[in-house]
Amino acid sequence: MIYLDNAATTLQKPPQVIDAVVRAMTAMGNAARGAHGGALEASRTVYGARVKLAGLFGCPRPDHVIFTANSTEALNIAISGVLRPGDHAVTTDCEHNSVLRPLYRLEEERGVKLDIVPADKLGRVDCGDFERLVQPGTRAVVCTHASNLTGNVLDVARIGEIAHRQGALLIVDASQTAGALPIDMEAMGIDVLCFTGHKGLMGPQGTGGLCVRPGVEIAPWKAGGSGVHSYDRHQPQEYPTRLEAGTLNGHGIAGLSAALDYIGEVGLEAIEAREHTLMDRFYRAVSAMEGVTVYGDFSQPRRSAIVTLNIRDYDSAAVSDELSEVYGIATRPGAHCAPRMHQALGTTDRGAVRFSFSWFNTVEDVDAAIRAVGELSSFS
Amino acid sequence: MRKKQPALIVTFATTAAAMEAESFCLANQLPGRVIPVPREITAGCGLAWKAPPEAEEQLAGALRAAGLTWSAMQVLEV
Repeated sequence: MIYLDNAATTLQKPPQVIDAVVRAMTAMGNAARGAHGGALEASRTVYGARVKLAGLFGCPRPDHVIFTANSTEALNIAISGVLRPGDHAVTTDCEHNSVLRPLYRLEEERGVKLDIVPADKLGRVDCGDFERLVQPGTRAVVCTHASNLTGNVLDVARIGEIAHRQGALLIVDASQTAGALPIDMEAMGIDVLCFTGHKGLMGPQGTGGLCVRPGVEIAPWKAGGSGVHSYDRHQPQEYPTRLEAGTLNGHGIAGLSAALDYIGEVGLEAIEAREHTLMDRFYRAVSAMEGVTVYGDFSQPRRSAIVTLNIRDYDSAAVSDELSEVYGIATRPGAHCAPRMHQALGTTDRGAVRFSFSWFNTVEDVDAAIRAVGELSSFS
Repeated sequence: MRKKQPALIVTFATTAAAMEAESFCLANQLPGRVIPVPREITAGCGLAWKAPPEAEEQLAGALRAAGLTWSAMQVLEV
């Protein structure tokens, strides 16, 4: 199989990640639950992963790196922990349902007022719309770093400036960019960064988290065992314990920690360069084919390694199935949990086929995909 | 059970803070090790740093200089 569905999850992981998970499952106890060797091994591993993530994302304090099961959980924690009844929030058409649905829910349950920055037919947002919609008193701007559908990158640093000028917090969904593009919370003005561990970070599924700028208050989304303050009726207020009730996925975090070591050895610049090269090779070939429509803004110098397309008037599900069954190429058709982005692109009727590239893909993978799209588009 | 001896016990608000302190102490060859918090102490985190009593000044100075925080530092029979 040629795996080009890396925006859903990276299938190929560094061998060190698998080794670390296996080792953790034979040696690690429960982090923050006791002081015997196994428990300390877990606590050290988890803390080590916090340090590495803080370094990767420019988070000022490792104890402000909070682990969750995925970025959806991180976004739910951030959004529901920041927005209060009657607050105003701004988001964009580019968002995944992991942003949209928590916001829609708070519209209904807390009377949160929501404005949505529109995207154009290339999936681009205009910072002028943020200037217009973010008002004094706006509580938060919630936006993705890069669209999971088009790969377009949003100018997070500028959006952060606009948000902070009006006293709003900036919550960023880095699901598609963590481990693939540079992120610096301080330089980009990010107050809460939500990430997943199993995509660009190349760690196991079931890992993710949020990095919180010191001083940002997020109300706990859940309460329970923490290993600390056991006789207190309330969830402890200190980060990371405040947002981490229950046993962490220590085994997964051990794998994530090994993945972070791997990324550190290879270098983020090298990863971005290779993924961009593969994406660009594919884009240049397929965008020149008759009957192929590619979505997104490819004039951006920096973007997520995604090329989403449709062929003639075919159903995207049928194309993806043909790619899988006939050519052995794994892609993702349909709506990609990004309903507003599809509305902006005009593709709600049939979805689109997403090709997404990773560090482990090769030029041969890309050329095989180009040939397949060429053959499918030449049928009439 | 081992006989109780006086020891310096340092407690922390969170496990992350305890791990940060352990990492710092090991890297800087400061004396001690992580233990479960003794029952004599009400502490936030279930982990404490145990060191010889005479290391109090050295530990406090080093932790403070590194900007690390702790909840309490006291000598106990443990």
